[in-house]
Amino acid sequence: MPKIRVVIAKPGLDGHDRGAKVIARALRDAGMEVIYTGLRQTPEQIVAAALQEDADAIGLSILSGAHMHICPRVMELLRENGMQDVLVVVGGIIPDMDIPKLNEIGIKGIFLPGTPMQEIVDFITRNTRSRVEA
Amino acid sequence: MVTNMKTAAPGATASKERRGSFTTISGRPINQLYTPQDVAALDYERDLADPGTFPYTRGIHSAGYRGKLWTMRQFAGFGTPEETNRRYKQLLKAGGTGLSVAFDLPTLMGRDPDHELSLGEVGKCGVNVTSLADMETLFDGIDLGAITTSMTINSPASMLFAMYLVVAEQQGVAWDCLSGTIQNDILKEFIAQKEYIYPPRPSMRLITDVFAFCAERVPRWNTISVSGYHIREAGATAAQELAFTLRDGIEYVQYGVDAGLDVDAFAPRLSFFFNSHSDFFEEIAKYRAARRIWAHVMRDRFKAKSPRSWQLRFHTQTAGVSLTAQQPYNNVVRTALQALAAVLGGTQSLHTNSLDEALALPTEEAATLALRTQQIIAHETGVANIVDPLGGSYFVEKLTSDLEEEALAYFDTIDRMGGMVAAIEKGYPQREIAESAYKFQQRVEERDKIIVGVNEFVSEQDEPIGILYIDESAAERQLSKLKELRRTRDNVGVRGALDALKDGARGSANTMPLLIDAVRAYATVGEMCDALREVWGEYEETPII
Repeated sequence: MPKIRVVIAKPGLDGHDRGAKVIARALRDAGMEVIYTGLRQTPEQIVAAALQEDADAIGLSILSGAHMHICPRVMELLRENGMQDVLVVVGGIIPDMDIPKLNEIGIKGIFLPGTPMQEIVDFITRNTRSRVEA
Repeated sequence: MVTNMKTAAPGATASKERRGSFTTISGRPINQLYTPQDVAALDYERDLADPGTFPYTRGIHSAGYRGKLWTMRQFAGFGTPEETNRRYKQLLKAGGTGLSVAFDLPTLMGRDPDHELSLGEVGKCGVNVTSLADMETLFDGIDLGAITTSMTINSPASMLFAMYLVVAEQQGVAWDCLSGTIQNDILKEFIAQKEYIYPPRPSMRLITDVFAFCAERVPRWNTISVSGYHIREAGATAAQELAFTLRDGIEYVQYGVDAGLDVDAFAPRLSFFFNSHSDFFEEIAKYRAARRIWAHVMRDRFKAKSPRSWQLRFHTQTAGVSLTAQQPYNNVVRTALQALAAVLGGTQSLHTNSLDEALALPTEEAATLALRTQQIIAHETGVANIVDPLGGSYFVEKLTSDLEEEALAYFDTIDRMGGMVAAIEKGYPQREIAESAYKFQQRVEERDKIIVGVNEFVSEQDEPIGILYIDESAAERQLSKLKELRRTRDNVGVRGALDALKDGARGSANTMPLLIDAVRAYATVGEMCDALREVWGEYEETPII
């Protein structure tokens, strides 16, 4: 079975990359192909990376409070590029009141501090199955 | 040799321990019991000494907190300068004894609110300060001669410090009466927090320029706060935090000396900033080891003659990373215990985190409770009545020596690489920290390390708490103020000041006076940083996972 390909990205100006790096490594250890973009990526750069890498999933790590700007833009760009089948998950500090809004624009997994790594691995595995096997 | 297997009294039934091994949060194995044998190599006068005496293991002041309590300095900032100014006045009214400015990401990264990367970030993680006009508002009605201010700012530290100096001047406060701290620690940005702009070497020049300028003009200002806080938050162990922070300190002193400064002219104004994490005794030992190591470094490595150069002074913040979004009230307890460790370790100032900080910036109620936590430790527990109460504990002394030894081994490795700048360029501390972060996360997953409310004692449903929500109005107000500023200021004067700054940066002039001129002309943070970007370029890291 082909490996799941995941782009892990840190959008915005924030440099706190502990979470992004730990999860990148956990996904890799779980057998996925992980591409970490590094810091300060614009939504355009992230979607371009996902396109180029033929990613099955994009993981965004956002702790700064800028998620309501960044996430809609990423989803819009995916749509424009016909990449609606790419799973998008977000990890970081996301206030409860924003979660329904993010779900509504198509972000399926939102992982708050304290989420076990295995839960994220399982979620990505489950939700990329149809794309990976296609 | 004392081992943890053979400490039960003869004849007693050896009781089975409840787990195979006991380790600190950093993974350090801990024995069941410590005895005089563990500290047999220590000599009181040489290795500990009374507080106020070299090597200051027991503290830098002979009277400890009997002379002066630590400064209760709560880090705060959000939205616009107007909003944050109100929060500062409230904190001072509640008995806070110093201010500590949290800037937003655009300010920290030297970008104006109208830059594309500032989208959604203005006023979110701290207060937005774009120009001198914002700094005037931030300290409106607050006498800069009567308080001390700490500013958490690194890449654009000189720019924001220049603004503070000009506001003081406007208030009629002489620069030699000003007291406070700028973080100004770029090395830990490359290592951990990643808020860098320029490559390491020109970044170091900005810092030595501040050392030289302040030695002459602002002698009571702490020119740098060499920070382990962020290194720890990024996942370092206690020993790595200690080692990398103090090795950064060595690098700054070396650059200062290499720039031709007399070590005793600037070293007394270096201060440090440590994390206080949850492993109580390991943290206390870390602070004690830090003082001992630094005293030796300054006296023996740099031949500093002034005892003030030998004394390590530090600020502490409780560990943000230890706070949980689950069962947030538990965070009050975590913070109180971490704060107690910092006090028992002899911190000079302290920030206690608020219970809601795994969710958002703190509400006013949460920030007040965090301050009250410190006041209870200071005034109700009795721990401030005595200096270094844990000195002489077999366990704490052994831990102190072990941490020191581990840090010195890291110094050797980094020295062999050619110093900290070279080690950073090789990705060495970054890799060490990433490794520790991942190991810790694995221990949590395996429930080898228990986090209450997260992987044990979990509640079905957490009661939601009210949080501070920062909307877009701050960004809108800052954007419209910036537009107005660009319309009304003398733009020819701004251009001239920025050109002079670029010329100075290309040569060897001290950048501080040039930045002060640009600030007076109301040049923005983004414009000043861009001017230097033109000359020095920008740093890009190779990410390590």
